[in-house]
Amino acid sequence: MNTELTGVIVTFLLTVLLAYPLGIYIAKVFAGKKTFTNFLNPVERLIYRIGGIDPNKRMNWKEFVKAMLAINMLWLFYAFFLLLNQGHLPLNPDGNPNMTPDLSFNTAISFLVNCNLQHYSGESGLTYLTQLFVITFLQFVSAATGIAAAVALFNGLKNKTTDNLGNFWGIFTKSITRILLPLCIIMAVILAFNGSPASFDGKDSIVTLQGDTVGVSRGPAAGMIAIKHLGTNGGGWFGANSAHPLENPNYFTGMVELIAQMIIPIAMLFALGFYIKRKKLAYVIFGIMTVGMLFLIMPTMHWEMQGSSAIEKLGIMQATGAMEGKEVRFGPAASGYWSIVTTIISTGSVNSMHDSSMPLSGMMQMLGMLINAFYGGCGVGILNYFIYIIIAVFIGGLMVGRTPEFLGHKVEAREVKIAALVTLLSAFLIKGGTALAAYYFVKHGNADWAVQPANWLNNPGNHGFSEMFYEFTSSNANNGSGFEGLGDNNIFWNVTTGFVLLLGRFLPIIGPIAIIGLLAKKKYIPETAGTLKVDSLTFGMLTFAIIIIITALSYFPPLVLGPIAEFLGM
Amino acid sequence: MKKYVWPSLKFTLVFIVLCSVLYPLLIAGIAKFSKGGGGGEKVEVNGKIVGYANIGQKFTDDKYFWSRPSAADYNAAGSAGSNKGPSNPDYLKLVQERIDSFLVHNPGVKKEQIPAELVTASASGLDPDLSPYAAKIQAKRIAVVRNLDEATIISLVDKQTEKPLLGFMGPTKVNVLKLNIALDKLK
Repeated sequence: MNTELTGVIVTFLLTVLLAYPLGIYIAKVFAGKKTFTNFLNPVERLIYRIGGIDPNKRMNWKEFVKAMLAINMLWLFYAFFLLLNQGHLPLNPDGNPNMTPDLSFNTAISFLVNCNLQHYSGESGLTYLTQLFVITFLQFVSAATGIAAAVALFNGLKNKTTDNLGNFWGIFTKSITRILLPLCIIMAVILAFNGSPASFDGKDSIVTLQGDTVGVSRGPAAGMIAIKHLGTNGGGWFGANSAHPLENPNYFTGMVELIAQMIIPIAMLFALGFYIKRKKLAYVIFGIMTVGMLFLIMPTMHWEMQGSSAIEKLGIMQATGAMEGKEVRFGPAASGYWSIVTTIISTGSVNSMHDSSMPLSGMMQMLGMLINAFYGGCGVGILNYFIYIIIAVFIGGLMVGRTPEFLGHKVEAREVKIAALVTLLSAFLIKGGTALAAYYFVKHGNADWAVQPANWLNNPGNHGFSEMFYEFTSSNANNGSGFEGLGDNNIFWNVTTGFVLLLGRFLPIIGPIAIIGLLAKKKYIPETAGTLKVDSLTFGMLTFAIIIIITALSYFPPLVLGPIAEFLGM
Repeated sequence: MKKYVWPSLKFTLVFIVLCSVLYPLLIAGIAKFSKGGGGGEKVEVNGKIVGYANIGQKFTDDKYFWSRPSAADYNAAGSAGSNKGPSNPDYLKLVQERIDSFLVHNPGVKKEQIPAELVTASASGLDPDLSPYAAKIQAKRIAVVRNLDEATIISLVDKQTEKPLLGFMGPTKVNVLKLNIALDKLK
């Protein structure tokens, strides 16, 4: 069998194999049970004492959201301030400049919301100080915020009637000390010993074998690359992200980075099953998500391995598939696989340039982000899927003619309204944003701006439209990958995507927490023979159908204008 | 809201120390024991540093194995892909020019023998590798320039070829810098 295919299959199997025990571990950690990391208890007690909080204090959903928003707001100002002044601050061996206010705004938000859309290149756009104190820091805490939100959901589902979703500070702290930091240390060491830089040495200059003089950017990158994947953040240390030979030196590190970005989202599913003692529910959700992922991954890998029809017409050989924007050490199979993993999971790191993917592969990447719930980001993937579940419960209830229920709680108008609003919001932000950009591109192409709208795009025609659509899709999904040909470091893109990022993060977190807060308070109704069984395969398939229908209805037109039209024109 | 602000501030400080100070320092400390000490593994020829093991270099001279086209001109202080879409007419014209130029420099090679990777830009602009086929297709040109046997050069590529991970995962490849260093040593 083709070694590129076996590599991908082994990667996926290893991911699931490792995610299962991690899921058991995560469930134990948040249930306060004994684990082998209990030696960290004193460290956590110290953190609680410094923070002045009691980790056992109950929080209802409003208190939970307030604590989460307060600390997130603080991080936003902190990050914005540092980026704006980084040029004058220490740890800047390459002498890189301050960020402009609009770029600081975009970058601070982008990393705060776990998106990691990057309108700069790491080599010249950041200093070691901001790489560590802004980027790495936010990559940890935004992932922990996502995990905390998911655990709040778990707590709401676990108890029959409660208004306690757990203590934000306690869950947040344990997410870092028990899950993210230990895994990151292991992974960063693996990366460092495979060639990723980790020292504080500045840019090097070398004379090559052929006699050219070139620079080599470096820095303490290994630690950041670890959390960038384990926290499903995705922002690269270097401009080329995980396609860069120092950020992802070989096929083995490629596998490690692929496993790392997928492992916590999948483990959280298993953790859900163990935590609320409904393993079957978790397995059904895992199964549906996996089927959804395969639907996106298999055709994409096929198209990338097959190669480009336009290159075919030039009469050369494409034995190694579509190679524009790809690296030889990964090949088209692992590149196609990665491009879907990173878009369904909201990581957004890349090992190939998505802008150069085949037209329909590009569409699959967009679909991964538009659905945003096949595994999904660190913690938030489950929240997104939960929204689809609520809609499926509602529609399923209508179909059988009973008041819809979810795990013993009546789902009523208020909860369904919130779920519908969250779903509609995505469609509004993505399509509204793209429409606005397309309008300026067409009608005001020569506007007197620093970068004229007519010069935004790197590719003409339908592919150019895809570049704009992808950018808003990625922003709303908090993904962070891009069709990077787009000229996005200017006020229009920095500001518009900045707002889309904020709304696309916090409303889809607050919505599900509010729903679960409202549901969990209601009287518990024991299951009867007539109850809709949410852990059945039938209900899983209903949810899957709902996901497909909502996505198709919302996004078919822009997908036709972009990738589908490009494909038909080739 | 006020009761959340103070804990927020203090938690932020704690986690800055943990995630942005202690964690990177720990990794930097451990990495001291890796090849290159955490600053990247370098390659020396006769005591002179000629590059980084993992980072590709520009080779355009006929006497060397060429590396892939690069949107960053192999400057490792500014990695980049071309971000050209597959249907872009300007891009296809550029690929056609690369094909033409390859044919001029490699007499005896037919168009349908040219592998796509030699006329398309890599993702990072720093791709250090080629498939063995893409190296071997250049053997004839190098043999003529260097006045060597073509078979010698082909066997050199075979010697430098790196097998898939554990023999069954990922592509087979050859590092162009190491290959060219070995090529220089042939004489």
